[in-house]
Amino acid sequence: MSRAAAALAAKREATEERLAPLALPQGGAWATEARQGAMARLREMGLPNRRDEYWRYTDPAALTAAEAPQAAVFDAGETPLFDDIDRLKIVFVDGVFDAEASDSFDEEAVEIIRLSDAAANDIHWAKSLYGVLEARGQTPVARPLAALNTALASDGVLIRVTGRVARPVSIIYRHAETTSDVYLHNLVQIEKGGDFTLLENGPAAARFNKVLEVEVADGAAFHHVRAQGRDHERHAATHIFARLGRESLFKSFTLTVNGALTRNEAVIELTSDDAVAHVAGAAVGDGAFHHDDTVFITHEGERCESRQVFKKVLRNGATGVFQGKILVKAGAQKTDGYQISQSLLLDGDSQFLAKPELEIYADDVICSHGSTSGAIDDEALFYLRSRGVPETEAQDLLVLAFLAEAIDEIEDEAIAADILSRLEAWLARRSR
Amino acid sequence: MLKINDLKVKLEEEDKQILKGVTLEVPAGKVHAIMGPNGSGKSTLSYVLSGRDGYEVTGGNATLDGVDLLEMEPEERAAAGLFLAFQYPVEIPGVGNMTFLRTAVNAQRKARGEEEISAADFLKEIRAKAKTLKIDADMLKRPVNVGFSGGEKKRNEILQMAMLEPKMCILDETDSGLDVDAMKLVAEGVNALRSEGRSFLVITHYQRLLDHIKPDVVHIMADGRIVKTGGPELALEVENNGYGDLLAEVA
Repeated sequence: MSRAAAALAAKREATEERLAPLALPQGGAWATEARQGAMARLREMGLPNRRDEYWRYTDPAALTAAEAPQAAVFDAGETPLFDDIDRLKIVFVDGVFDAEASDSFDEEAVEIIRLSDAAANDIHWAKSLYGVLEARGQTPVARPLAALNTALASDGVLIRVTGRVARPVSIIYRHAETTSDVYLHNLVQIEKGGDFTLLENGPAAARFNKVLEVEVADGAAFHHVRAQGRDHERHAATHIFARLGRESLFKSFTLTVNGALTRNEAVIELTSDDAVAHVAGAAVGDGAFHHDDTVFITHEGERCESRQVFKKVLRNGATGVFQGKILVKAGAQKTDGYQISQSLLLDGDSQFLAKPELEIYADDVICSHGSTSGAIDDEALFYLRSRGVPETEAQDLLVLAFLAEAIDEIEDEAIAADILSRLEAWLARRSR
Repeated sequence: MLKINDLKVKLEEEDKQILKGVTLEVPAGKVHAIMGPNGSGKSTLSYVLSGRDGYEVTGGNATLDGVDLLEMEPEERAAAGLFLAFQYPVEIPGVGNMTFLRTAVNAQRKARGEEEISAADFLKEIRAKAKTLKIDADMLKRPVNVGFSGGEKKRNEILQMAMLEPKMCILDETDSGLDVDAMKLVAEGVNALRSEGRSFLVITHYQRLLDHIKPDVVHIMADGRIVKTGGPELALEVENNGYGDLLAEVA
């Protein structure tokens, strides 16, 4: 047996061992079929380990272990995020739906149902989407934790958008138990001309595995803003799989504050012409903080635009990872692709690992990428101080300035202001 | 107001003495100019007074209204009323000019135990002052000095000075990189700020700025020392004969 084959055999054996005690959630025919399909995919590829090329910078052991690492429940003691935004709230506590804390699902131009309810119905619109985009996203790079999610998630929110939805739907993930290990799987299907905003926030669990599959039809728009808690010990692996139609818009922004280990993957396909996909992230971490953004954008249509804007502020030995790829297929002419990943290292102990990739098979495209790591600019710091701004405040101003390009990706001003105020509070707590 | 006594400064990272005993005093309400050839230590003096890193004071002292400047952090010096107009104003992407100035004004007020300025009052004041310096609304909104021309950067320095109302202003080669019209505009801005309680130390290579900002006293600096002090006519002498004759005479 070759070394590669031996490694795969060992990996499959470990995967079988890990999966053996697990039972698939109960559901009707379509859900069971999707879950079994995902399980088969997972058995084939195996759970990830450190030797995988795609996991070189992030050790998945804590994400795949049979037992979730514990995480203390953290009370921020501040006004919840998005509190001033008019929105439809859906609340999960350690992955369990909280009916009392949630709003009614009745809303104009949108149909909302929980996965656990939809799974029981033998015929359901979600059938054509659930696990389908995830399965497509397994090539050319395997994403085993997403397959694990499709197989094991017993709940989540399925959203079908038929028009312009007046207010955002806001999924709130609360964390209550130090040992909670949660799988949630959400779907968003936006029909032709629909316009929809999804907000997500909260630490969710000690260990959280979440998948979001999004289909944006021709001329439709999807806005997504999420914030991943600010407790210190949580582990999270999240995936976004999106497929975009002609002249559609997809914008996703993620704020990550603290957390022991976070891996956020986004897999986006621009399948038709003139679509726009922007994915952005701002991450701030201190000490035992490992944050990994892994993005894969595929251009198939002509004249599509994609942006990847990722900024990380790291201190006290924190680690940031960025793996970003733009794949331009033959025929995807006039593609406009841009990718930037930057880190601001506030001390000598922190590190940033970046792997930007471009793979282009069309000859008339504009693609650019850049990656930098640096410290606070001493000249700028002195300039601010010479005008009377105290050192810590001057530093905070420069940190926010560094993050501005990512935050600017949030279109809604009120939501952007809310996100910014969280960052300011984080900085104020850290530096004083 | 500003008293510098036998100030000796070397570079922190190398064994190079830049200031070799500078002594001068700028009384309240006066404008003093420092002229001198390249490398004489003029800019170093301005940086040391404002608290920039990289210099080591090896002797002497500097006080502002009797308070030891050299012991203070840069922001404390600013709050005490010291202002340096930079020779090369720094670009700060991502920080709006207006946000920056309001943060600075309020930080100084806070340090002095005063109330913060309201957003409305601040806006009113900055608009009025920007107008006299021909700084438009767009320049106020843009990130600090980013994409500004040389002249715009210098005007922005004077705007900051006007908003912060310092009592001791140091202008480090504010005329460098300016055409005649821009220099006039900047000089007018400075002149408008002249008052009994405010002093200026104008550092320059050339006499022409001093045609517009009339000094009370002119110092000639060379090799880390003030080598000659006189009235405005000293600047004219430099303009006509260069530094060579003057320095030979001193030596």
